[in-house]
Amino acid sequence: MKRHLPIIILIAALLAGLAAPLATGASAPGFFVEVLLGGLMAGVLYSLVALGFVLIFKASGVFNFAQGAMVLFAALSVARMAEVMPLWVAALLGVGIMVLLAIVVERVVLRPLVNQEGVVLLMATLGVSYFLDGFGQSVWGSDIYEINLGLSKAPVLILRNVFQGGILINKDDVAAAVVAVLLVVALALFFQKTATGRALRAVADDHQAAQSVGIPLNRIWVIVWSVAGVVAVVAGMMWGSKLGVQFSISQVALKALPVVILGGFTSIPGAIIGGLIIGVGEKMAEVFLGPVMVRTFDLAGGGIENWFAYVLALLFLLVRPEGLFGERIIDRV
Amino acid sequence: MFYRENGQFKRTYRQDEALLPIAQDRIVMLALLVFAFVGVPFLASNYLFLSILNPFLIMALAAIGLNLLVGYCGQISIGHAAFMSVGAYAAYNLMLRVPNLSFLVALVLAGLIAALVGMLFGIPSLRIKGLYLAVATLAAQFFIDWMFARVKWFTGYQSSGSVSTPVLNLFGWQLDSPVKKYLFLLAVVTVFTLLARNLVRGHIGRAWMAIRDMDVAAEVIGIRPVYAKLTAFAVSSFYVGVAGALWGFVYLGSWEPLAFNINMSLDLLFMIIIGGMGSILGSYFGALFIVALPIVLDRVPAWVGAPLSTAMASHLASMIFGTLIVFFLIVEPHGLARLWAIGKEKLRLWPFPH
Repeated sequence: MKRHLPIIILIAALLAGLAAPLATGASAPGFFVEVLLGGLMAGVLYSLVALGFVLIFKASGVFNFAQGAMVLFAALSVARMAEVMPLWVAALLGVGIMVLLAIVVERVVLRPLVNQEGVVLLMATLGVSYFLDGFGQSVWGSDIYEINLGLSKAPVLILRNVFQGGILINKDDVAAAVVAVLLVVALALFFQKTATGRALRAVADDHQAAQSVGIPLNRIWVIVWSVAGVVAVVAGMMWGSKLGVQFSISQVALKALPVVILGGFTSIPGAIIGGLIIGVGEKMAEVFLGPVMVRTFDLAGGGIENWFAYVLALLFLLVRPEGLFGERIIDRV
Repeated sequence: MFYRENGQFKRTYRQDEALLPIAQDRIVMLALLVFAFVGVPFLASNYLFLSILNPFLIMALAAIGLNLLVGYCGQISIGHAAFMSVGAYAAYNLMLRVPNLSFLVALVLAGLIAALVGMLFGIPSLRIKGLYLAVATLAAQFFIDWMFARVKWFTGYQSSGSVSTPVLNLFGWQLDSPVKKYLFLLAVVTVFTLLARNLVRGHIGRAWMAIRDMDVAAEVIGIRPVYAKLTAFAVSSFYVGVAGALWGFVYLGSWEPLAFNINMSLDLLFMIIIGGMGSILGSYFGALFIVALPIVLDRVPAWVGAPLSTAMASHLASMIFGTLIVFFLIVEPHGLARLWAIGKEKLRLWPFPH
């Protein structure tokens, strides 16, 4: 109980912050719910990117800084190929490209660096991410492209009788949420019910033990990077349809780092819940806390959402480095 | 052949502890310094100063700073450009608010302020390391970026949020031409390099390296991790803060918010990976490489007759950086500095095999 005290206080503070706008009457309930939903939708997208991180970290202990670049690369590939072919063909080809990428990364980067320290691997993926950014943009171009998922962009009014004025939501946001849920279910089934999934879990548990019972580590890494690539394709298409495919995707995807810190590096549910917390938290902070801060400190504008996630992750690191759902790490520092 | 050390005996402890124990090294170093201070100002063009030499010197200083932390103490940081911006804005505010303050004093004070901020964000390193620390420093990067862009006080209530600096005046010496700036930078960087060289081979540098190599063992032999890590963050941020102030005042002159963004942090990290982690010389190699490569890519294809578009050149540069980082991590984790050391060893023996 004593160990959990700081985290309980932190979560209580978060919840209090969440409820504060309602309690103080600073916003109408309808608007509050709208912001909440907007945050949840953004959170779903963060979760999708974070999922890729967690998958790779679980199976290979690599902290994949390139996940953001992979999302951008996948989105660029799909967007440009969709210009000459139907979207679903482009998406399938995109998956093919990501699998190819996984094979190349395993051969060229991971295999020679096996058994290196985590920080070295992190820097290697930093290199991969720079390469991918440059490569993707020189092959596919560096303008802003569109991915059209065939959903109308017009927001829909719901719950008109519950709240005054109803609530506006976007269809593609809902689609993103549904896809994310489906993806997580599919991944859970894959991890729990298939032989490959069992092998992946074995590798995640203990590399050496897995290898000694005959699980081919190299192939597992290709598989897990491919799965992360597929997740990147999905995330890229969602982000792309929402924001347009552009370089900034790669930067926004950095937000997945605090998400995995929050949720725990090794936990798939953690990635989802962490993403939702960060998404809601930063939207709430921007909309409700932002104006207050601007007034009190005489700022030149809001933009709290640029750092809110990271500072929240920093607080978590100080009181509970393993995150909400991660395995407890015992490591002398 | 080139490196005959016959007859050079170390007779005293002082000689044994000399910074450059071999006479040839001392001569080369001296010649290099004389050339840099006297020869280069006559030979180089304004373009060379503005686009390569001046940024190279400042970046080398920043890379030394980051190398002290990452290469010597083993604590990773992806937020060092933020500490550069702390130095730059601290110097700006000091010059703006304190009348008749000499830039040199402001420079040192800016470094000290950056050191304080660096220590603050270094506190998480006492509990976490590696990947987790990377995210903690990322928090510093984004928070400090935001702070300088939004809090009007720091930018002197300029409506645009960008700041501009006056022409510097050092004891009546106007720093108004690229050559003068170069000489000033060279002097500052030389002093700080000498300081760093001595720091890392002294008591504190050894404490850092012990922490880097194995923290538990270091603690057992009586090194205080708290002290070692926080001093590493402080000294590193001091260097980087000074570099940031120089970058703002001497190189840029005026800068916008987000001039010190995350890409700059990553560039700094690349400099020390490519140049060589745990090597002062390597910081210079890495800085030169990162500063010069984009310019080379911009110009060489045009000379050859196949000009690249600016966008293409920058994509190509980032591809080359990415490839080289992976290459160096796999093939030569100690970077260009290690290659240099190998070459030097060969030269000491050449033409004999042993």
